[in-house]
Amino acid sequence: MPEEMEKVIQNAGINFHLVKTDKYKTNTIVLKVKAPLTKEDATVRALLPNVLQSGTNTYQTATELRSYLENLYGATLNGDLQKKGEYHVISISMEIANEKFLTNSEPLLDSGLTLLAEVLFHPKLVNGVFDEEIVTKEKRTLKSRIQAVYDDKMRYANLRLVEEMCKNEPYSVPVNGNLDDVDGITSQQLFEYYQKVLAEDEFDLYIVGDIDEQQVVEICKEKFQLKARTPKEVAKGTEDTNKQENVVIERQDVAQGKLNIGLRTNVKYGEDEYFALQVFNGLFGGFPHSKLFMNVREKESLAYYAASRLESHKGLMMVMTGIETKNYEKAVTIIKNQLSAMKNGDFTDQELDQTKAVIQNQMLETLDTSRGLVEILYHNVISRKQVTDKLWQEKINQVSKEEIVQVGNKIQWDTVYFLSGMEGK
Amino acid sequence: MEKIQFNQLEEELYYEKLSNGLDVYILPKKGFNKTFATFTTKYGSIDNHFVPLGQSEYKKVPDGIAHFLEHKLFEKEDGDVFQQFGKQGASANAFTSFTRTAYLFSSTADVEKNLETLIDFVQDPYFSEKTVEKEKGIIGQEIQMYDDNPDWRLYFGAIENMYHEHPVKIDIAGTVESISHITKDLLYECYHTFYHPSNMLLFVVGPVSPIETMELIKANQAKKPFTDQAEIKRQFAKEPDTVATKEKVLPMNVQTPKCMIGLKGNFVNQSGEIMLKTELSNQLLLEMLFGPSSENYRNLYDAGLIDDSFSYDYTQEQSFSFGLVGGDTQNPEKLISTIKDILLQAKSGNNLEEEALERVKKKKIGTFLRALNSPEFIANQFTRYAFNEMDLFQVVPMLEKITFADVKQSASELIDEERMTVFQVAPKASANKK
Repeated sequence: MPEEMEKVIQNAGINFHLVKTDKYKTNTIVLKVKAPLTKEDATVRALLPNVLQSGTNTYQTATELRSYLENLYGATLNGDLQKKGEYHVISISMEIANEKFLTNSEPLLDSGLTLLAEVLFHPKLVNGVFDEEIVTKEKRTLKSRIQAVYDDKMRYANLRLVEEMCKNEPYSVPVNGNLDDVDGITSQQLFEYYQKVLAEDEFDLYIVGDIDEQQVVEICKEKFQLKARTPKEVAKGTEDTNKQENVVIERQDVAQGKLNIGLRTNVKYGEDEYFALQVFNGLFGGFPHSKLFMNVREKESLAYYAASRLESHKGLMMVMTGIETKNYEKAVTIIKNQLSAMKNGDFTDQELDQTKAVIQNQMLETLDTSRGLVEILYHNVISRKQVTDKLWQEKINQVSKEEIVQVGNKIQWDTVYFLSGMEGK
Repeated sequence: MEKIQFNQLEEELYYEKLSNGLDVYILPKKGFNKTFATFTTKYGSIDNHFVPLGQSEYKKVPDGIAHFLEHKLFEKEDGDVFQQFGKQGASANAFTSFTRTAYLFSSTADVEKNLETLIDFVQDPYFSEKTVEKEKGIIGQEIQMYDDNPDWRLYFGAIENMYHEHPVKIDIAGTVESISHITKDLLYECYHTFYHPSNMLLFVVGPVSPIETMELIKANQAKKPFTDQAEIKRQFAKEPDTVATKEKVLPMNVQTPKCMIGLKGNFVNQSGEIMLKTELSNQLLLEMLFGPSSENYRNLYDAGLIDDSFSYDYTQEQSFSFGLVGGDTQNPEKLISTIKDILLQAKSGNNLEEEALERVKKKKIGTFLRALNSPEFIANQFTRYAFNEMDLFQVVPMLEKITFADVKQSASELIDEERMTVFQVAPKASANKK
């Protein structure tokens, strides 16, 4: 059982989450900035963290900023975006050495927090808006990041599945926005969006490490001053569930076909049935002992990978495997059969216990990394439910076969996407 | 059992060489849930030409066999070891690199049982013709998955360009054709040659008691009839200093061109402190030249020649060494000529600054500390270092010792026009549009 406890200090416009632990040689700072995912804002939002990291009032260029970080014993500073259900979350994270493991170094955590506040509140401005030159360069980089997905066929297949499956839902918007929307963004527009983010979004700041809590709270209160706001919630019930089974086949010059299948679970993180769903997914496709791996790979030798995972805040289950184009029908049939088997409760008590054990193991292992710990704690912010790791473990242990079958029968087959090779044409 | 203390890092390492030759290391990590263990043999994809145990002639084995063996070791007469680990709440895995094959598990409960399972399954091979044939389909798909991955093709393409003879140029998994020649007898032959305890290292890191853990391992090994084994004889064909191919372009189904510049090193047969110094010094050099705080990086980025896929890396093992610099670019020709120019300038000592060295040294020290949060890093890297007679825990002291003169020397040795190569992945003329 992890000894770490999260302390949450609520402040105007931002919550500070502190976890004191002496497990690590570094201290971790993660800022989460959350707003509903929309097609209109996604691209400009995706651009923002990169522009913020490219120059501040004190460190006018990315080079100066990166030099300063290196002088702080290689402190890391990364900005990225995630989709958490239909929220679009900016994460800016830092990891910085704990000076007690270094010979003759200044306290580093204060410098890290100060720098993060500088990046957030004091970007480099020219004529009252973001520096045009920086914005132009970062637009170019954002375009290459969006484009890179097309060259990574596994990611591409997943992106296309979500696009097809959630066509009429905000969730279909790609995490880095749309290529066509990049060019039109101006410094002025980006700056206005940035001000809107500071005024309206939901801010959570996590600090994990061997910290003096009192002192850290004081620094945070001084450095991260925001106005109170009521964070925007996403609309409920956007799911487009009354569809016929949908099949999309796309042909490309690929050696291996990528088969990605999307299912609706109709259960989300924070709901009671979510625990049973997690065990269902574990039995079905979460692990090397699961039905998908055992049947698609081990029994039939059709694939190297065959797995399923949950999009927990959206209520989706994604199946993925890479197969020979000619084995498409066969693979789909096996996957369908395995899903039916699960829905009929065709699994042993031993498999059930095994699955619970590996799920528990996975959770405890995730809690061993500071970033993993933050991600788990942040689920509570997204879902507005307080699920402690202790409660979570109890609930997983209590899941019964009946509950798994019950939750399984809520799962609907939705969209099959197949990135097929050119064979047979 | 020996106890090695690292006061500044607040770590303790326990070590014993068992009577059968196995090296065992235990690093207790208090406060962690997870115990992570690796059981590694000094045998990788490059070891394809050797004298099999009990024979006298050198023999060449099919490409990809070390990796194939790694897959097959999980399968036993009564089923798959993955299942066994699963029942014990652990997750298991394995990987094959150029020079090592590692088997590993992590678990937060039943650590003793899982540790025994790990040791026992690796030391008890079961290969049959039927399961060997079945695996060819699975590995075939693994190979095809990599075939579609342009970054992997770029990385391997650059290595292939560099080497005339050395088996580092062979893809670790082999090809669909080469693995078709693998038989159960060949697997046993490789197994018996390379999986003797004296060629292996066991590393355990996590919230464990070092004394009890060591006792468990010793008792396990005492039950098995390992006898002394003669030294393993491996052979590598003579590799010229120059690169095999100066330039190559691979057309693929991609939208963005990619290019990689390879620097073939001529540091061979190094080990211990000298190797540690060479490796770190070369890494510092690339960091100074291409790191995000460098002027070169800024120029490349501002000119739109690189994006966030840009990377630089230096790899060294006993029989090969190389540096790689590159990434996605809209203008491969310009990027190549600029990088080459930066490198050649550095060779003549022109664009290196002492102040930058101090900065990147601090960065590397902090990066090392951060890596020590990871049990995976500690076990895997410690093993790699130990196989090269280096000590992972000497990284920081060595970094502190490296001088500006050392890095300048690295530049003059690593960089050489004759030992440079370029590999590109280019969009096919009729690239698929969405």
